[in-house]
Amino acid sequence: MNYLNEDIDSLNQKLAQGTLSADKLAQDTVANIKQTDKKLNAWITVQEDAKVSEELNFSHNKLAGIPIAIKDNIMTDGVKTTAASHILDNYLPVYDATVIERLKKAQATFVGKTNLDEFAMGSSTEHSYFGVTHNPWNLDKVPGGSSGGSAVAVASGQVVAALGSDTGGSIRQPAAFNGIFGIKPTYGRVSRWGLIAFASSLDQIGVMSKRAKTSAQVLNVIAGSDDHDSTLSTRDVPDFTQFIGQDIKGLRVGVPKEYLSDAVDAGIRTVVEEQIAALEAAGAIINEVSLPLTKYVVPDYYIIASSEASSNLQRYDGIRYGYRADDTKNLLDVYVKSRSEGFGEEVKRRIMLGSFALSAGSYDRFFRQAAKVRTLICQEFDDIFAQNDVVVGPTTTTPAFDIGSEISDPIKMYNNDILTISANLAGIPAASVPAGLVDGMPIGLQIMANRFDEGSIFKTADFIERTNKFYEKKPAGMED
Amino acid sequence: MNFKSTIGFEVHFELKTKSKIFSPSPVSYGAKQNTETNVIDWAMPGVLPYVNKDVYRLGIMVALATHAHITPVTHFDRKNYYYPDSPKAYQITQFFEPLARDGYIEIEVHGKKKRIGIHEMHIEEDAGKNTHGTNGFSYVDLNRQGVPLLEVVSEPEISDPDEGYAYLEKLRKIVQFTGASDVKMEEGSMRVDTNISIRPAGQKELGTKVEMKNLNSFEHVRKSLAYEEKRQAQVLLSGGRVQLSTRRFDEATGKTVLERVKEGDADYRYFPEPDLAPDRISQEWIDEIAQTLPKSAQDRYDDYVNKYGLKPYDANVLLQTKESSDFFDETVAAGADPQLAANWMNTQVNGYLNDNRVSLADIKLTPANLAAMIKLIKDGTISSKIAKKVFAETIEHGTDPKKFVEDQGMVQLSDTSVLAPMVKEVVDNNPQSVEDFKNGKDRAIGYLVGQIMKQTRGKANPKVINQLLNQELQKR
Repeated sequence: MNYLNEDIDSLNQKLAQGTLSADKLAQDTVANIKQTDKKLNAWITVQEDAKVSEELNFSHNKLAGIPIAIKDNIMTDGVKTTAASHILDNYLPVYDATVIERLKKAQATFVGKTNLDEFAMGSSTEHSYFGVTHNPWNLDKVPGGSSGGSAVAVASGQVVAALGSDTGGSIRQPAAFNGIFGIKPTYGRVSRWGLIAFASSLDQIGVMSKRAKTSAQVLNVIAGSDDHDSTLSTRDVPDFTQFIGQDIKGLRVGVPKEYLSDAVDAGIRTVVEEQIAALEAAGAIINEVSLPLTKYVVPDYYIIASSEASSNLQRYDGIRYGYRADDTKNLLDVYVKSRSEGFGEEVKRRIMLGSFALSAGSYDRFFRQAAKVRTLICQEFDDIFAQNDVVVGPTTTTPAFDIGSEISDPIKMYNNDILTISANLAGIPAASVPAGLVDGMPIGLQIMANRFDEGSIFKTADFIERTNKFYEKKPAGMED
Repeated sequence: MNFKSTIGFEVHFELKTKSKIFSPSPVSYGAKQNTETNVIDWAMPGVLPYVNKDVYRLGIMVALATHAHITPVTHFDRKNYYYPDSPKAYQITQFFEPLARDGYIEIEVHGKKKRIGIHEMHIEEDAGKNTHGTNGFSYVDLNRQGVPLLEVVSEPEISDPDEGYAYLEKLRKIVQFTGASDVKMEEGSMRVDTNISIRPAGQKELGTKVEMKNLNSFEHVRKSLAYEEKRQAQVLLSGGRVQLSTRRFDEATGKTVLERVKEGDADYRYFPEPDLAPDRISQEWIDEIAQTLPKSAQDRYDDYVNKYGLKPYDANVLLQTKESSDFFDETVAAGADPQLAANWMNTQVNGYLNDNRVSLADIKLTPANLAAMIKLIKDGTISSKIAKKVFAETIEHGTDPKKFVEDQGMVQLSDTSVLAPMVKEVVDNNPQSVEDFKNGKDRAIGYLVGQIMKQTRGKANPKVINQLLNQELQKR
């Protein structure tokens, strides 16, 4: 079956009433994925023997029996986890990520692992050892990245919800490109234990779904303190679904002028301004704000993220697990050949960039400076959130671009993330909610909030959803 | 030409925690390869470190004992390098903000006191261990991966090998008495790297440094430094240049041998560890730890000599290890006479440990039992001869000395109403001895005492018998 008209509540009802069995749901899901994925390539691994927990408790667990897609950089015990890299293409984890443990406890069903840019580095899901994923709205377009597989799995109706990870916009940008909701929670809200590290101080696991409420339901399960991750907050996690359906009267909405500059596609500006007008019409207070440091976020991000990545990826050295090159003469040869053959171009580019930024002569000029800029960006947001509940603007500067059109120009690809990166540098929660169509392709409205105030994001996103009813639209590429 | 030496030390101590610094794996010495490891130690994709806070506690103890300033907010950094025994290909250490800085210790060499500065001490994780098989394969054991280390870096204020030796001895003693580390060089819980440079007297800037790593005894440290002083002087005198290099000490020849020449420092690309949040070390916590800091060796020495009146030699023997000093202190606390306790510790107990190649932790003797036995001697319940039997029993089987003495009927006979008739009888039966005694041969008394001891199977109180014998003989 496909989930184009479903959400967790509707499925939960059918399962509880017995009009649908969880086993059948799992089998049909797998069958549909196998059918539709021929043109989408959203999955790296499909678990044909998807196991449904026994004695499902539908009234206690909203997620019981619900198939959920997992981005293939999140550890699942005994199921291949590859980070879309040749270097891990046969890797079988021996433990579960904390988020997986919690979803298992909530009796969710696992049907497989979704495609991504290798080690979550990229904005198009073209940098995958397992091939390009296609956008269901137009199969010639990229789905965005790096959580492109998860976004497509949701947008195409293969599943009702998916986990992604977001280091510089990897949940929000593909959510925008595919016309779905995607949220990156506050840094420290969801345990990173079991997420293959890209950039530790920026990475955050989040949720993608057609409806904001569905993501709230999944986030309820995966959020909260965990002894495995010392960067995690111990504060209480609210029930995020309580923010669904709330009135937005009096909501203070900041609109950064830098986010609606000429650098943003005119069609996108128009759609975003319409959504902001709708917020105002419903009683929200709109304030023009300024984020002057926006022009520095791309270089700042690429120094910090690549530096951390260059170190995080050193463990893939051919010694303990993963790919090891043949025909090596000595130890150095094992390292060099395994890494040269195992990593793709984009990953190598970032390892080089990060290694350079951290090197003895460069640390003070690059990494230290970048860390200082990051602190200033945090302050900029602190000032804005002293006066505003949320900040809104477009998620991306353009709609989804053509497959192959940007992959040879890394700088152009990096600049795609200019609107999403700030939230990662500041550690604040941010989401993308479908705002409308531009030239037949979906575009997203980005909503950011203060640290640990995901509630305001859900409240705003749910209002937008109810107003524009984008969720009723079907991706053009899925019509036979 | 006269040369001046500048010597520095980097000493690693394994901190005595139950589990590793960033994982729940246990820490013990000599376990089967790779049995004390988990996904964190293997650096499996997706794992995160988590700081074992006990590491801070032990590190702070050493910092306090060396008068160092403790950093209020400390965090870890990454030191990046590839090596098969380094699973993450980086080591988590403290580079930018070490645990403590600017400490010192006092040494005494040839009667002269000197203060040696401690530049810093930082916490880090140990790496695994490679072994190279004869079959062309190499093996990696990750049991040691993640064992917590405290690295103590001295200021280059040591000016000759004797001072170096004294510094190491003093540092070891200080750390040992905090209880933070086992300080066993043979088990690698204390590891010494040293460096030395020489320069002509009067020259200000330091000469080129030569490093020596993993020296396995203090004596080797002293010999290698002495050798290097001479070697480097010869190089300079013959117009050569000392190479920036790492050398090793060859035990067989007593010489140092070139291992590798350094072109410059390796680039470890240090940066703050993003997987760990910074930790605040509050003054309250430091004060709390200071309360639990065991007494230093120096303070104990002063007590032993000044308060208990022990000879410096005896005090030093007791202070050779923290275990023996603790054992002694507990024995005294349990009511034993300090001098007697010291005698028994330094002769009988040490003798037993040496003969059986065991340590105090392995034997059944407790301070309470040793104290009980010493009390029995002191109050005359048993003779020192009987005491040896009691001691043997107690140390072998952990038997309560008092109960053993009672059960075995070993209580000393001091009752004159029992002993007087026996004395009379022995004197009656040995007229020759009486004759000898009267002729001034003191030896005769010894013979008579022996006879009574024989009859009482050693239980008679020699003092009482002597007294009774003298009285009896005077009557004759």
